[in-house]
Amino acid sequence: MIPKKFDYYSPGSLKEAIRLLRQNEEAKVLAGGQSLLPLMKLRLAAPTALVDISKLADLSYIRDEGNYLAIGALAAHDAVEHDVTIKDRFTLINDAVARIGDQQVRNLGTIGGSVCHADPAADLPVALLVADARFVIEGEGGKRIVTARDFFVDLFTTAVGHDEILTELQVPYLAERSGSAYFKHSLREADFAIANVGTIITMEGDGKRCREARIGFGSAGPTPVRAASAEQYLRERPLDEGTIAEAAERAIEGASPPSDVHGSREYRLKMIKVLTQRSLRLALSRVGLAGGGVER
Amino acid sequence: MSGRNVRVAKADELTEVSIRINGKEYRGEVEPRTLLVYFLRDELNLTGTHVGCDTGHCGACTVVVDGRAVKSCMVLAVQAIGAEILTVEGLAEGEKLHPIQEAFTENHGLQCGFCTPGLLMSTLALLRENPHPTEADIRRGIEGNLCRCTGYVNVVKSVRAAARALSEARKEGSP
Repeated sequence: MIPKKFDYYSPGSLKEAIRLLRQNEEAKVLAGGQSLLPLMKLRLAAPTALVDISKLADLSYIRDEGNYLAIGALAAHDAVEHDVTIKDRFTLINDAVARIGDQQVRNLGTIGGSVCHADPAADLPVALLVADARFVIEGEGGKRIVTARDFFVDLFTTAVGHDEILTELQVPYLAERSGSAYFKHSLREADFAIANVGTIITMEGDGKRCREARIGFGSAGPTPVRAASAEQYLRERPLDEGTIAEAAERAIEGASPPSDVHGSREYRLKMIKVLTQRSLRLALSRVGLAGGGVER
Repeated sequence: MSGRNVRVAKADELTEVSIRINGKEYRGEVEPRTLLVYFLRDELNLTGTHVGCDTGHCGACTVVVDGRAVKSCMVLAVQAIGAEILTVEGLAEGEKLHPIQEAFTENHGLQCGFCTPGLLMSTLALLRENPHPTEADIRRGIEGNLCRCTGYVNVVKSVRAAARALSEARKEGSP
């Protein structure tokens, strides 16, 4: 399968890349290409120009910034997965990245590319929404920072404008006594999710009650969503099998998964509940481990 | 993929590319939309790399680019300019099979052989990164390569045997 014709540009700087986007209204940014090229081969996308930013090496960093971790948009999934800080302190992100595609896709695919593609069944958008990540977007006028809630606008649509480029993700460190986890259910390892859920919980000093719970899921609407009612319910409650089951019931309020060849709406709703329980249990078991735990 | 690169390649023009493959410099002309796998097969006649699904699922087109396994149907040839590529043709030395190829032969790691070039290249990248993989590491390392014949059991066995053979070869100091 061969994509439609396009002009290819390999700019030497971010500035030049932004200028090229401004000049070509139908241009698309190419990073790792692991989402865009298949779409172009299937002719679901047919940009007239590609601006290849994959060689801008200074955008592939992973850097500690004190109260948050900064991840360059061009960091490959594989590099993110094997980063020691992410393994130790962002288990949720590590869980999610490890489930993206397969090894070949993780070698080339970038985290910026994955979130800009904004597939509602993808792994990272859910994890980043739950982690309250911030997205740094650059355009001709400079930088702006968008929260995860505002970043995912609609199906395959983000807050990144046509002549802008996502350059960095900022993931706040978890509070003490936190644990996090991400689960995805798919038929085959490399498939997109039938259901996927991420959670972060922070316990009170007594170790029994939950100070804050964050729960989010994808594959159930045009964008990933937070389970506000379940989050509210768990606040200041002990986390036990009863409250976890009730939170799972509340998690699907407002969920509207599609019925399709991969699974019926009912099946998907059930799986969201199951995964909510599993991820709350795993997150709880990880509390007290360094900043949210390591379990591989 | 780093190194030299073109700044502009026009849709209707052919762009000259120069890519190092199996230690040899290859030149050719491509459209911007030419995928690496078609450049390898159609331009350079390196047909060991197979096209299976052509949508990034099956891994039959896997080659090693700058040390990492990638699917060559999901990379543009112009993106690979300046890269160092290994394809299945680069494994054997003359008539002497590479230890990974030996291991797949000895352990029945293939039947029809269509997926084999991709599996061999994924195995090569995996064992370079992780010379002593567990079974879980192996299964994860090859999850991007579909095989419809073997059921993977003998593929996993082959990768383990290859890991042993390569590690013994290292001990003996041979390449």
